[in-house]
Amino acid sequence: MPEVLKAPLVVEFPFTRSLGPVQSAFLTGLRERVVLGVRTTDGRTLVPPVEYDPVTADELRDLVEVAPTGTVTTWAWNHAPRRGQPLDTPFAWVLVRLDGADTALLHALDAPGPDAVRTGMRVRVRWAGERSGAITDIACFEPYDGDPGETGGHDGRFADMVTGIVTPARLDYVYSPGRAQSAYLEALSERRTVGERCPLCRKVYVPPRGACPTCGVATAEQVEVGPRGTVTTYCIVNIKARNLDIEVPYVYAHIALDGADLALHGRIGGIPYDQVRMGLRVEPVWTRDGRHPDHYRPAGEPDADYETYKELL
Amino acid sequence: MRPIRDVAVVAFGQTDHRRSSDELSEVEMLMPVLHEVLDRTGLKTSDIDFTCSGSTDYLAGRAFSFTMALDGVGAWPPISESHVEMDGAWALYEAWTKLLTGDADTALVYAYGKSSPGSVRDVLTRQLDPYYVAPLWPDSVALAALQARALIDAGDTDEHALAGVASRSRTSAAANSHAQLRGSVTQGDYVVRPLRAGDCPPVGDGAAAVILAAGERARELCERPAWIRGIDHRIEAHGLGVRDLTDSPSARLAAERAGAFERPVETAELHAPFTSQEVVLRKALRLADDVDVNPSGGALAANPVMVAGLVRIGEAAARIHRGTSDRALAHATSGPCLQQNLVAVLEGDPR
Repeated sequence: MPEVLKAPLVVEFPFTRSLGPVQSAFLTGLRERVVLGVRTTDGRTLVPPVEYDPVTADELRDLVEVAPTGTVTTWAWNHAPRRGQPLDTPFAWVLVRLDGADTALLHALDAPGPDAVRTGMRVRVRWAGERSGAITDIACFEPYDGDPGETGGHDGRFADMVTGIVTPARLDYVYSPGRAQSAYLEALSERRTVGERCPLCRKVYVPPRGACPTCGVATAEQVEVGPRGTVTTYCIVNIKARNLDIEVPYVYAHIALDGADLALHGRIGGIPYDQVRMGLRVEPVWTRDGRHPDHYRPAGEPDADYETYKELL
Repeated sequence: MRPIRDVAVVAFGQTDHRRSSDELSEVEMLMPVLHEVLDRTGLKTSDIDFTCSGSTDYLAGRAFSFTMALDGVGAWPPISESHVEMDGAWALYEAWTKLLTGDADTALVYAYGKSSPGSVRDVLTRQLDPYYVAPLWPDSVALAALQARALIDAGDTDEHALAGVASRSRTSAAANSHAQLRGSVTQGDYVVRPLRAGDCPPVGDGAAAVILAAGERARELCERPAWIRGIDHRIEAHGLGVRDLTDSPSARLAAERAGAFERPVETAELHAPFTSQEVVLRKALRLADDVDVNPSGGALAANPVMVAGLVRIGEAAARIHRGTSDRALAHATSGPCLQQNLVAVLEGDPR
């Protein structure tokens, strides 16, 4: 078996989220060093606040200020912080019930070691130096021996409300394409195109994915297809894609390589865009270091008869 | 309340769960399992009335990743198909309701998950509350450790007892050729205190498939069908600080609605990826000491994400098929700290 192909794959996206009235007040409050909870119809105070009571489903809007001090209700010592977590030195994850609240908030506790942390210990908020209206405006909690903090009786109305947050998310992967697609990529490195034949319906799929989508069985028999093929259908692209160095208009086509029972995609070059047609016979053009054909150009043969490719449209 | 139609698990198959299967694509990993359950029943893909799958794009790192796996079930000409972005146990729930309506007599349920391409501890942070929690990136072990500490503080367990759960599970898994961690495994160092490596599930890749059939069709396809006497799923409040982490009222309610408390079960396959979660579930599900819990080794022996819950139903059903159990409970979970819980009660015909 050839070596397993691998490549890094990074999925990264800045999620933009709008806030409802309660979350907006809470996060704006954090920016202003005020911690807000929401009062339920049966008199509990939820921190962090939510818009609907998780017990009664009542809509909640009655914001009340709670103290920046509280009590640890449970904790876990994290000796190896991971990317994105609140502290980059060892810390405790904690659920903290702030003074005046009936529920607990998840955050980090900066403590010298696990022996310095226990359930029931008193802590207070350490505010971030720069605050924007996000849960990370609380930098972390820190041990605190003093009296419960003051609550200013804030009602949650601020001059300049935060109405949305942007939360970047990034996940790192190492992608492996599997057996069939690896074989396809290996062949491409030798400028050959290889499909796989279904043992039942005998169709040749390219690129192969290891299964026949009609019969639901594994494909294994490799079949070299092309290099020439037939344009089965096409479109003319008039909008230039960012980071793509191709002059518009250009033609993007479905190409049925000789011997394949499935058309693949490719760009057509070497012919004016308005002369491309169904049935045009084409051949691949490789560039010096390309890992797949850069484009297809006319092969100089007579057009294919419609009957020969109509099943592949 | 008895379901309006008898539906049974008639076949179950699973891959060997491994740390990495990077030489196979998802569909290549899945296909032998699909054919295993089809062969066991003698059905062809074209005989299946309804197909439902469970998986997640966040493991694969790409959108609509489940469509690639559809090649493995012969989705052309068009089939009746559905997908849940959940553990396959919830796909089985959907298929079960479909069979109850009478729209289908047979269903193929499958699930797959490859954790090896990414970091599953980080990937699972993306299922958390995106406003208050996910920006802090608390990983799955950290959240389970908060629950474990709460249990220890409440006097429900201690680190020694948790090590016992780990040891019992992996000892049981020694007889399970599909399991990833088998036999003696050291507890190791803390990952997030109080949880040690031994308290945590292995990270791995795997797939599983189940065939469901209704009424007489089930008897034709399987010598001893595992009848689903009840199945229900419930969820806790999403705010971790709102919940009592030492209890699982949602698991208890799901079990009650599934009929689990009507008569004792002999076997319980619990989806408890962390040792501490078994402590919570044993209490919530009122399991007596003589119940055989996780004879397969459970999720501590193999925990392919999105698959392990379906495997619990499959393992419970397989014991009924083999005649080693007459009444079994299967449980699946999803989300942090047992946030969502599904309970199924399976029975064989009287012997």
